[in-house]
Amino acid sequence: MTTALQKARTVLALTSNYAAAYAVKAADVDVVAVYPITPQTTIVEKIAEFVDDGELNAELIHVESEHSAMSAVVGAAAAGARVFTATSSQGLELMHEVLHIASGLRLPIVMAVPARALSAPISIHGDYSDVMNTRDTGWITYIAASAQEVYDTIIQAYKVAETVLLPAMVAYDGFLMSHTTEPVELNDEEEVRRFLPRKDRPNVLKPEKPITMGAFAMPDYYYEIKYQVQEALLGSLKVIEEVDREYGRTFGRSYGVLQTYRVEDADYIVVAYGGASFGNAREAVDAAREKGIKAGAVRLRVFRPFPADYIAKLLADVKAFAVVDRAIAFGGPAGGPVFAEVVTALWMRGIDTPGLSIVHGIGQRSMYVEDFVKIFEMLKDGEKSKVVYMGLRL
Amino acid sequence: MSLPKVHEIPIGGIITEPGSSRRNPTGGWRSLKPVLHDDRCIRCRICWMYCPEGTIKEIKGEFVVKGKKYQYKYEIDYTYCKGCGICAHECPVKAIEMVPET
Amino acid sequence: MIEIRFHGRGGQGMVTASQVLATAAIMEGKYAQAFPEFGPERRGAPVKAYLRVDDKPIYKREPIVEPDVVVVGDQSLFVSENPLEGLKPGGVLVVNGAYKAPVKTYYVDATSLALKILGKAIVNTAMIGAVVKATGIVRLESALAALGKYFTGRLYELNAQLVKIAFDQTKEL
Repeated sequence: MTTALQKARTVLALTSNYAAAYAVKAADVDVVAVYPITPQTTIVEKIAEFVDDGELNAELIHVESEHSAMSAVVGAAAAGARVFTATSSQGLELMHEVLHIASGLRLPIVMAVPARALSAPISIHGDYSDVMNTRDTGWITYIAASAQEVYDTIIQAYKVAETVLLPAMVAYDGFLMSHTTEPVELNDEEEVRRFLPRKDRPNVLKPEKPITMGAFAMPDYYYEIKYQVQEALLGSLKVIEEVDREYGRTFGRSYGVLQTYRVEDADYIVVAYGGASFGNAREAVDAAREKGIKAGAVRLRVFRPFPADYIAKLLADVKAFAVVDRAIAFGGPAGGPVFAEVVTALWMRGIDTPGLSIVHGIGQRSMYVEDFVKIFEMLKDGEKSKVVYMGLRL
Repeated sequence: MSLPKVHEIPIGGIITEPGSSRRNPTGGWRSLKPVLHDDRCIRCRICWMYCPEGTIKEIKGEFVVKGKKYQYKYEIDYTYCKGCGICAHECPVKAIEMVPET
Repeated sequence: MIEIRFHGRGGQGMVTASQVLATAAIMEGKYAQAFPEFGPERRGAPVKAYLRVDDKPIYKREPIVEPDVVVVGDQSLFVSENPLEGLKPGGVLVVNGAYKAPVKTYYVDATSLALKILGKAIVNTAMIGAVVKATGIVRLESALAALGKYFTGRLYELNAQLVKIAFDQTKEL
């Protein structure tokens, strides 16, 4: 038997949105709830094309809002279907209350989120304000950095979600990835289906074995049921890693929960997430090293569950670090939401490496490699314990 | 009574046993009790539809009330009737009366 | 790495031109990245698109500020903005129509060719032919194969013809 690795490679030029649609097709998804919003729309348009062409046998549900989109996939997943939906920005906000229901009911929904800024003022451009607002919804949250990774991660997300029984979202840069054409190697679809076998779940509605879902819980039960979500989400980190390794063995590509670049001997590390931030940080590492700064970069590929042990280990012995956030934690103790997460991870382990909170790329304000070189220079100059709003006219 | 711990509860707060609410006799909540006056009842079934606990029982048989023949009559299951009074409120002929529990 | 910046007007298809060329490069086994300067797409408004092609994976995701090649689909853009801004020393301009610029310039009369063949002044496919001729960034056959991923049927036939004719007619000024 030939393995997937031995088969002829199919490389297509795809945007991250199209890569997401191809992954959904490969995963043989049963039900897709469709509601348009920029920059997500081309995902579901492509899926609709696949369904129309007979390449994917899925039920497309045209809903009247994102609240309904999430509700529809909650219902379909409760009935045992493999489901998908996608949204961005205000759409994700409108879904918010149902996101908690999806995780509370332990439904393995997979959703793609090309991340976009929030109104007001209206912006269709990218940043991660929408994704960061879902922090405490109980969803597994990946943040991918290339169209290839979007494709691979959506397939992985189904396996993880169906193993730990939690919903998973795969976020990536709105526009800067969602609409950027790049090479994507596709897997053999039969092989993907073998990688994603259909499994029985305890929380499926079946007439022959009735259960009640979504029942009321009094104070004497609610806490335990929510703690189950906490335990499952924290425990999912191991599953995420195992599935990533298995995917690597089967298809030849794996990513880990953190991606690192030249961190081995680094004095200064920039922590980033998403394609534009990390891609530019990575280039800046080389440029900074040419200037004699021992620079390194880390990308958070998994935001929830937060890979706190790994981050802490990487930052324990460096001279200083910076976290680049493409979102503002309004009124919070730090400028950027992920900076606060990283600091908490360090504090919980008694590590006091000095850090800088960098906010950049808000509403898709252009981020340049040079900006990231500047961050390394600031760290080298001993700047710490403050928030820098980069690219802002102040 | 010791309540189940985290790992003893089915995930997602699902209830795996159909009809488990039978183990919760809500009749003990009642302070007012509905009394159905069969001689006034016109068999419209409105109380049966409205009762949130499904405690109005439809009994089949031959019933003659004030010279009229009926194929069924209604009774209240006081084990689960919690005394909310919706039946009495909705009854179009005031055949249900709420009286204090003794 | 070769970095190309496209300047056009909304509706001329310059974004698609960048994508077709990226697709052609990827079909040749290279790495490529094509992305528009995003905004609410409006017909007639100035539009920029970016293309990077390399033999190695491409990580940087910043707008191209110092391009090797600038492609201009509409000369009126020289009035409203400066498409040559940041062009690297020794860089190349590929332009629709003979436009005298202080850099090495290739041109083709894309508007006339498009009007003749398509009956519409949509110049993107003609500019693909011109870019391929001027830069050799991909082979002509690859560009035509990639075009097939974006157009089908008669539309493909016409546009493929346009690419070939534009390729033949592109000249150094």
